[in-house]
Amino acid sequence: MKQALLSICAAALGLTMAGQASAAGTLETVKARGKLVCGVSLATPGFAAPDDKGRMQGFDADICRSIAAAVFGDGDKVEFVPTNINTRFQALQSGEIDVLSRQTTHTFSRDASLGLDFGPTVFYDGQGLMVAKSLGVTSAKELTEAAICTLPGTTTAQNISDFFRAINGKFELVVFESPDENRAAFYSGRCEAITSDRSDLASIRAVANNPDDYVVLPETISKEPLAPAFRQNDSNWGDIVSWSVWLLMAAEEKGITQANVDEMLKSEDPDVQRMLGATEELGKMLGLDNNWGYSIIKSVGNYGEVFERNLGEGTRLGLTRGPNALWNAGGLIYSPPIR
Amino acid sequence: MAFLHDMRFRAFFYQVVAIGAVILVGWTMFSTASGNLAKQNIATGFDFLSRPAGFVITEAAIAFEATDTVGRAILVGIANTVKVSLLAAILGTLIGLAVGIARMSRNPLLARLALVYVELLRNVPLLLYLFLWYSLIILILPPVRQALNLLPGVYLSNSGLVVPAALVESGGGALLACLLGGAAAAFVIRRVFTQKRVATGRSNHGALIATAAFVLPALVLWLAGGVSIDWEFPTAGKFRLTGGLHVRPEFVALLFGLALSVSANVAEIVRAGIQAVSKGQWEAAAALGLARAKTMRLVVLPQALRIIIPPLTNTYLTVFKNSSLAIAIGYPDLVMVSNTVMNQTGQAIETIAIFMGVYLALSIAISLLMNWYNAHVALKER
Repeated sequence: MKQALLSICAAALGLTMAGQASAAGTLETVKARGKLVCGVSLATPGFAAPDDKGRMQGFDADICRSIAAAVFGDGDKVEFVPTNINTRFQALQSGEIDVLSRQTTHTFSRDASLGLDFGPTVFYDGQGLMVAKSLGVTSAKELTEAAICTLPGTTTAQNISDFFRAINGKFELVVFESPDENRAAFYSGRCEAITSDRSDLASIRAVANNPDDYVVLPETISKEPLAPAFRQNDSNWGDIVSWSVWLLMAAEEKGITQANVDEMLKSEDPDVQRMLGATEELGKMLGLDNNWGYSIIKSVGNYGEVFERNLGEGTRLGLTRGPNALWNAGGLIYSPPIR
Repeated sequence: MAFLHDMRFRAFFYQVVAIGAVILVGWTMFSTASGNLAKQNIATGFDFLSRPAGFVITEAAIAFEATDTVGRAILVGIANTVKVSLLAAILGTLIGLAVGIARMSRNPLLARLALVYVELLRNVPLLLYLFLWYSLIILILPPVRQALNLLPGVYLSNSGLVVPAALVESGGGALLACLLGGAAAAFVIRRVFTQKRVATGRSNHGALIATAAFVLPALVLWLAGGVSIDWEFPTAGKFRLTGGLHVRPEFVALLFGLALSVSANVAEIVRAGIQAVSKGQWEAAAALGLARAKTMRLVVLPQALRIIIPPLTNTYLTVFKNSSLAIAIGYPDLVMVSNTVMNQTGQAIETIAIFMGVYLALSIAISLLMNWYNAHVALKER
C-alpha cells in the first residue's frame, strides 16, 4: 500500500516536473544510460520472479532481456522494476520505465486513452476460474451464489461481473490488494473460486500445498492478449520492442535456437541470414547493431524456448502451448516477414 | 515611503507574498501536469464518473449494482469507510475508557493487565494486526459448508457470521415514532430529575425512569401486536448460506483492528486526563463521603474530559485515515474502490485527487465537530 502510494506520488511528480524526458527519444535515453529499465510483475512465478540467486526469471523478464540484447548485444543489461498493478501505466507514462512487460492486456481504452502503445501479443491468455476439486463443480455457470476471490481492478473484476450478469446469477466478490492474501483466502475456503488470467491461475495452483486438489474450469470468459507496452509517439522505440518480439517468433519458425545460433550464422537460408545480420543491414534501419537478431537468440533463445523454460510443461506451471503455438502448428503466434 | 516601516502593512504584505507563492507553485504544477498529459494523449477530466462501473461491490453500505455509475461506486466506498470508522471509533472509545480506568486501578493485577494490553497494541503496526486478525478468522474458523451452528439460525464460518434478518412487515412507522417519542421523553425526564437533584441535594432514580420512558412505549406496542416482524432465517444454498444478515470477516477484522488500536490510544489519553486532575479533588470528594467509584464518575471524569477531548480528536482522525488499510484485507473502502476505478479508467491523478479531497473534507468535518464539542465542555472563563 505504502509502496503503491509512493509510486503514484513519484509518477504524479514525474508528470508535473519532467516534460522533456520523452523528447530525447527512448533509444538514445536507454543507450546513454547503459541499461534498459523494464517494468515487470511483483513476484509472479513463471512471468517475473527472482530465483534463489536473485536473478529475475520468467517469461516477461525474458522479453525484457531480448529487447536489451537487441539494443546492447547483452541481455543482462536490464534493470527490472517490479511495478504495482495500479501504477504500472503511470510508471511508463512518466518515463520511470522504458517498456512495460507485465502480463498486461491490450485493450482499446488503454491503447486510446493512456498515452501508450502496445507491441505484438506475446501470450494469448483468457480469464478463467479455479475451484477446489472437492466442490464437484464442472462449469463456471454452476458457481452462482458462490464467493469469488480476485485482485482489484485490471479487467478481471469487470469480466466476472459481466459473466454472471449474462447468465443472470448473483455472486459475492472478495477483492484483495495483495496476491498473497488473495491466494490465502482461496486456499482457506473463504472463497469457493478464484478468478484471474488462466496463466496466473496456473501459477497460483503451482504454489498450492497440493496442486492436485484444485482444478481450472473449462470456461474462458474473456480474451486477454498480453503484450508489452511503450510510450506513444516514439515509433522508432516501438519498432525496436515489436521486432525484438517478432524475431523471437520468427526464430522458432526457422528453427534457430540458443544452442545452434552460431552454426546458423553460416546458414544458406536468406531469411536466416537477414535475421542474424549475416547479410543486409536490417539492424541499422532500427538504429541498432546489425547483429541484433543474433544477440537476442544468443541471450534468451527463440519464442518456443522462452515459453518452455518459463511456462511450459516441464515447469511448475505446466502450461501447454495451446493458442500460443506457432501459426503453422495450429496456434496464433505469427511474425511478419523479417526482410 | 513611510508605509514600508509600518508594522501592520509589513505583516499584511508578507502574508500576501506567501499566499501568492503557494498559489503560483500550485498553479504551475497543475498546468505543467495537464500540459504533459495532453502532450502524451492521456485522457483527463472527470467524465469517467458518469460511466457505468461494470464491477460488483459485495459489501456495500448503500445499494449498488454493476450497472450503476463509477461516481456511485466511489460513493459506496465513502459510505463503507465512514461506516467502519464510525463503529470503530465508538467501540474503541468504550473499550479504551474501561482500560484507561483499569490502568488506574488499585488492584495490581488489573492495572498490569491493562498496561500489557496498551503496550501490545500501541507498539505493533496496525497493518500487521489486521493481517493477524484476518488470518485468524479465515484459518481457524471452518469453511462455510461446515459452518458452526451456534444457535438456531446463527452460523459462524470463515465467511463470517450469519444471523436471521428482521424484516419489519408492518407497523415500522409506529415503532419508529414510539422510539423517537420515548427518546425525547427520556431526555426531558433526565433533565428535570437532574435539576431536582442539584436543587434538593437528594439522589433520585432519574436514570432508571428515563430508561423506562425510552423502552416502554416501544415494548407496549410490540406486546400489543402493533408491529409484525418477519424473521428471515438463513438457509443452506448450493455453496453458502443465503438470506439472513451477513457480517463478513473482512469487515470484522478491520473493525476489530481499528477499534483495538483506538482503544489503546484512548486508554492512555483517559489515564493522562485522570492523572491531570489535581489530587485535591479526590481528597475533597472523599471528605464529602463520596465512594471511590462515584468520585471517579461525578467529580474526576467530568474534569478530565476537558483535557481528554483535544487528543481524542487526533485519535479519531487517525482511525478514519487508518481505515484505508482496509485494502490489505479486502474490505471495499474508498481506497479499494478507487483503485479498481483507477485500473479500469487509467485516470489515476483524478481518482487520487478525489479520494484525497474526500479524506481532507471528512477529516476537517471531524475536527470542526470535535472543536465545537471541546468549546462546549471547556472551562468557561468569565
